[in-house]
Amino acid sequence: MSHAASTTLVRLPVWRARFVLVAFMLAFVVLIGRSIYLQAMRTGFLQEQGKARYSRVLKIPATRGRILDRNGDALAVSTPVKSIWMIPGDVKASYAQKKRLAALLGLDRRELDGKLADTGRDFVYLKRQISPDTAKKVAALDIPGVYQQREYRRYYPAGEVAAHLVGFTGVDDTGQEGVELAYQNSLAGRPGSRRVIKDRLGRVVEDVGSIHPAQDGHDLTLSIDGKIQSLAFSALKSAVIAHGAKAGAIVALDVRTGEILALANVPSYNPNNRAHLSGSQLRNRAMTDSFEPGSTLKPFTIAVALEHHKVTPTTEIQTAPGTLKLGGYTIHDAHRESMLSVAQVIEKSSNVGASKIALQLPRRQMWDMFEAVGFGSPPRLRFPGEASGKVRPWQTWRPIEQATMSYGHGISVSLLQLAHAYTIFARDGVLVPLTLLRTGTPVNGVRVISTRTAREIRAMLELAVKPGGTGTRARIVGWTIAGKTGTAHIEENGGYAPDKYIASFVGFAPASKPRLVIAVMIDQPAGREYYGGLVAAPVFAQVMQGALRMLNVPHDAPLTPLEQPGASDDAKEGT
Amino acid sequence: MAKLNLLLLLVLVVCALGLVTSQYKARTLFSALDQAQRRERQLDVVYGQLQLEASTWGQHTRVIEIATGTLGMHVPDPRQVIVLKLPAEATR
Repeated sequence: MSHAASTTLVRLPVWRARFVLVAFMLAFVVLIGRSIYLQAMRTGFLQEQGKARYSRVLKIPATRGRILDRNGDALAVSTPVKSIWMIPGDVKASYAQKKRLAALLGLDRRELDGKLADTGRDFVYLKRQISPDTAKKVAALDIPGVYQQREYRRYYPAGEVAAHLVGFTGVDDTGQEGVELAYQNSLAGRPGSRRVIKDRLGRVVEDVGSIHPAQDGHDLTLSIDGKIQSLAFSALKSAVIAHGAKAGAIVALDVRTGEILALANVPSYNPNNRAHLSGSQLRNRAMTDSFEPGSTLKPFTIAVALEHHKVTPTTEIQTAPGTLKLGGYTIHDAHRESMLSVAQVIEKSSNVGASKIALQLPRRQMWDMFEAVGFGSPPRLRFPGEASGKVRPWQTWRPIEQATMSYGHGISVSLLQLAHAYTIFARDGVLVPLTLLRTGTPVNGVRVISTRTAREIRAMLELAVKPGGTGTRARIVGWTIAGKTGTAHIEENGGYAPDKYIASFVGFAPASKPRLVIAVMIDQPAGREYYGGLVAAPVFAQVMQGALRMLNVPHDAPLTPLEQPGASDDAKEGT
Repeated sequence: MAKLNLLLLLVLVVCALGLVTSQYKARTLFSALDQAQRRERQLDVVYGQLQLEASTWGQHTRVIEIATGTLGMHVPDPRQVIVLKLPAEATR
């Protein structure tokens, strides 16, 4: 064995050292290259990834504004709810858990099993919009594969009472009807966002970058008075049911401020549960439907005649024999009267009398009056689908048309327009602009007729509800009222249906210093009673009495019970 | 020279610790603010729910029903009503 030889220094070949050197250099080149690649070329991506580990963009939810009545009571409120959803394939739940889940969500056990068996799908709603309390209990079950999602749901505590006015929102939280639609832009909130740094425990520790704050929707305070609205709705509803009518509507206005205090329609619907809605339930008749108003329009014709000094309240008009032939048509009165003063034409609601007065007037003057009180143009409350009514241009009027228009046929208006127009009599000749929002301050209007004419008409309208007039059932205890009944035939297929009527009453109180205008319309009362004085006037009385009491309006009449109205014969009228 | 360097090092360490502390404090306060804001939102939600509840219980129809049905109340007969005038009104 030559061990000695192996321990002697052996000179290694030089290339081996060089090889190692080159290998190290190459390794460094690779490392440098890699770092250049990461630092210079992929820097953006890597920084993003880094940030994603600690910074988050949070959505800041915005809530939709509340809708309140004038006293601050809620008419529409959004409140967060949870929706429960699951990935069927991921759900691992024991029998007991499933049973409890089904019970919490109010689902049938078999229904739940059916949904769970549908493993092909990735997203299945178990139940939408449940209360946060129930959602917490569901979360406590801690079933894998079951998740929750935050949503907003809009509630309408007033339900059907204010349904048409308030409207409702759709699934995506945008307004579909009523005020919800009209004021969508100011009610809707704008969600914001912020970039934050979160710590290990998920707590937000710092805002980085700019914050886009969420804009909550603005609360909206309507002019509606919840109590009057409710009273109006229930009075209207019971009248519609009692008379077997097809529909009805009512409007109450504050004369001083032009605020709409109540606006209700029947049939109505529950905006919280809109499963089976029909078009007829959704119709906001008071605002979006126009109808031929009938006799409630007579005071406007008389006002034109008084204003242009064609007649005075005491001018006598011959209405015998209760009919008037005009261009092949005959105008009828319900009662046969003979000589009537202009005031009595209103009191007895004589069509012949009103026609004779109208025929003395230039067409243009009548048209100007209709136009000035807002007939033929929408009230511009921003409300969706406001009816403008129909007033034909005066140049095309034939004498018979001018005559029928004097008692409210051949012209159509919405109930809201009618109530609005009556403010000229209640406010000494001034038309007050309407509003749906609470203002609470008296407003100036536009003068349409002189104070004198307005007062004269007011006296006639007071007469029309006194014994001998057509509207005795509109009277109330403690306050004087003034108003006019209407019983209009309904137009059908180009003619007038002989047995279909719209009964209406428009009036205001207290007559000495008017505060409220209320207009009632009842569509097709089915019973033997169909006159406005019998069907609509009692609704007016009920609502007016309650509303004046609620508003603390001082009495202007003795608090003695009314004498019973005489025979219902007085309430009969031609239109 | 070495002394000055040591002093500066000491100052640097103190500043660094100060920065750490203030950063920590800032984050704690911010977290508290965030929680307070979240609570504000929650309370607002609760307020909305309570408003809803108040409005639902206070529905006029329900009040009338309870007043006339359960409590047997009614609107007084006009003859029973006595209207009082406030002194200011009486002199006017």
